[in-house]
Amino acid sequence: MKQAITAAKMQRSKPAYWLAGALMSALAGSAQAELEFSGKIDLEARVFTEDASRNNQEDTNASVLIEPQWVWFSEDQQHLLQFKPMLRIDQNDDERTHGDIREAYWIYTQDNWEVRSGLRKEFWGVTEFQHLVDVINQTDLVENISGEEKLGQPMINLSIAMDSGIWDFYLLPGFRERTFASTDGRPSLPLNISDDAQYESSAKQLHTDLAIRWSQSYDWLDLTLSAFHGTNREPLLQASLENGTPVLVPYYEQMTQVGATAQAIWLDWLFKLEMIHRDSKSESFAALHTGFEYTLYGIMDTDTDLGLIVEYGWDERGKDASSTMQNDLFGGLRFALNDEEGTEILAGLGRDMDYDGHIFSIEASRRLNNWWKLSGEARIIDASDSRDPMHSLRNDDYLQVTISRYF
Amino acid sequence: MALNNLPHKLALTGLSLCVTLSPLALAQSVEDKGRSIMEEYERRDTGWQDMQAEMQMILRNAQGQESIREIRMKSLEQENDGDKSLTIFDEPRDVKGTAFLSFSHINKPDDQWLYLPALGRVKRISSRNKSGPFMGSEFSYEDMGSFEIDKYTYKYLTEEACGKLTCYVVESYPVEKTSGYTRRISWVDTTEYRMQKLDFYDRKNERLKTLNFTGYQQYVGQYWRADKMEMQNHQNGKSTVLAWKDYRFKQGLDERDFNKNALKRAR
Repeated sequence: MKQAITAAKMQRSKPAYWLAGALMSALAGSAQAELEFSGKIDLEARVFTEDASRNNQEDTNASVLIEPQWVWFSEDQQHLLQFKPMLRIDQNDDERTHGDIREAYWIYTQDNWEVRSGLRKEFWGVTEFQHLVDVINQTDLVENISGEEKLGQPMINLSIAMDSGIWDFYLLPGFRERTFASTDGRPSLPLNISDDAQYESSAKQLHTDLAIRWSQSYDWLDLTLSAFHGTNREPLLQASLENGTPVLVPYYEQMTQVGATAQAIWLDWLFKLEMIHRDSKSESFAALHTGFEYTLYGIMDTDTDLGLIVEYGWDERGKDASSTMQNDLFGGLRFALNDEEGTEILAGLGRDMDYDGHIFSIEASRRLNNWWKLSGEARIIDASDSRDPMHSLRNDDYLQVTISRYF
Repeated sequence: MALNNLPHKLALTGLSLCVTLSPLALAQSVEDKGRSIMEEYERRDTGWQDMQAEMQMILRNAQGQESIREIRMKSLEQENDGDKSLTIFDEPRDVKGTAFLSFSHINKPDDQWLYLPALGRVKRISSRNKSGPFMGSEFSYEDMGSFEIDKYTYKYLTEEACGKLTCYVVESYPVEKTSGYTRRISWVDTTEYRMQKLDFYDRKNERLKTLNFTGYQQYVGQYWRADKMEMQNHQNGKSTVLAWKDYRFKQGLDERDFNKNALKRAR
């Protein structure tokens, strides 16, 4: 018995041992294990309801998204391989016509730990309208200005589940630049983004970033603490001239960020909090985003649940903040019909209390059958103050309809 | 850990055997008799450790139109608490890979998390109110939860024929005020203590649903599971069938298969 423990300890302490063992068992298991293919194709149409800011922009746009996925599990469930590329073809915006490998990774699981290697998506946030702490993946802004779409990030992530919580250690070799719509696209900034990004680090996009995260769940409370050191995913955009044409050059600084999240459940209330402190060469600041969701179950004698969401975003930098949510209040309604079609509607209104601007969005989706789903989205931006970062998007209100075919 | 608990578990099981079997023969109140029948029902389904199964959920509306969900489930038995479970959805395709982790409890709301693969996110879910439908079906979240003796108080009603068998008929009243029901009536057969039928009464105390269990099979020489469970809603005319297959017990699952990392890895 004692010998077995020692052997197990040795195996754990020597990476070469488990790697060799891992590969051998992967090969042994491959005969019986299965490769599973799935994915979706989206057809998306957008209609813009206002006159464009520039005359090279169109009032309608069509686009196709192809996103297949392959998953493979070894028979003993110790190995998982996942591959998920995406390709979007856009009618009007060459920048939005783009491809990415969202996920391409291997997970090796042993006892209470696992190693996840490859291109992955790691989400760290808890609130609804903004995710301050979520800094692992770069935002794929050209996909949607919501900022919820992310690019795959190369990483090696060791995750250990202990009684004290789940501990995650990240080694992040390589950096991905943020995507932006071109000036032909809508919504878009008034200037094109230069392909020639600048970096604070001499290693440029090859800088290796480090991160650590602790998360623990108690009865009514989920807590996380995180720290990140490396290239800031959020660029500073500097106006410049490129062959005599004005452009915005992204400048990526180094940063160190510590963050915390809390989520507490009390009766039908869900309280949420995200806080960060970020340090970089140009600035050092704190920011927080907090609020609650209160759920009314089975409203008006139906199966529909209604969630009432109130959130507030604050940034110490105030009007100097690069964030658009420096002193903003949000209200949202989430309808879950709990029907066969899984119908959901989420409506949100944000108010910028510094610039007196508003952003309204509504998202709805409904399953048609096992293979088809219909979803819609509308976004209305009112930002008349020219100092408001949302100002350049003020004429880009749109309605979007997407039909998705799953396979 | 598991080994350490074993003698303790055996002792407990032996104890409940003595308590439950003897009072049945004696004169007792209908409340005590109801409870002891359900204690025996629970006792016979104790000790399975872990369980995995696949399920097809067939939803039928009042016009007879069907839609189908494919679901896999894993459960881990807990001593002195509700079970832990992980539910993975394969169909409909738009929710493929969505996984649901639940730690059920006896005297407090369950802890629940949902993994949304398209966003790569784990979401904590408020679970106090469980009367809403599970995946748009006629089963509520409450119906899908594990049975725990202290979730109800009981009353023995009668003994009557149920198909070829004889059944104890026991009424149970949920302790939790947020339950969607005022009472349930269970038909449990007198030979093997298997649930044969369940009637659900809504908050207005009107009969809402009936759940019928058919095709019982015994696994690992002890635990009975129905191949088919059919829920008929009497008020809206809809029904939902759960067709179970590939039951597996005691496969060595443990706590590590039921944490947030396992939830994120579920496919």
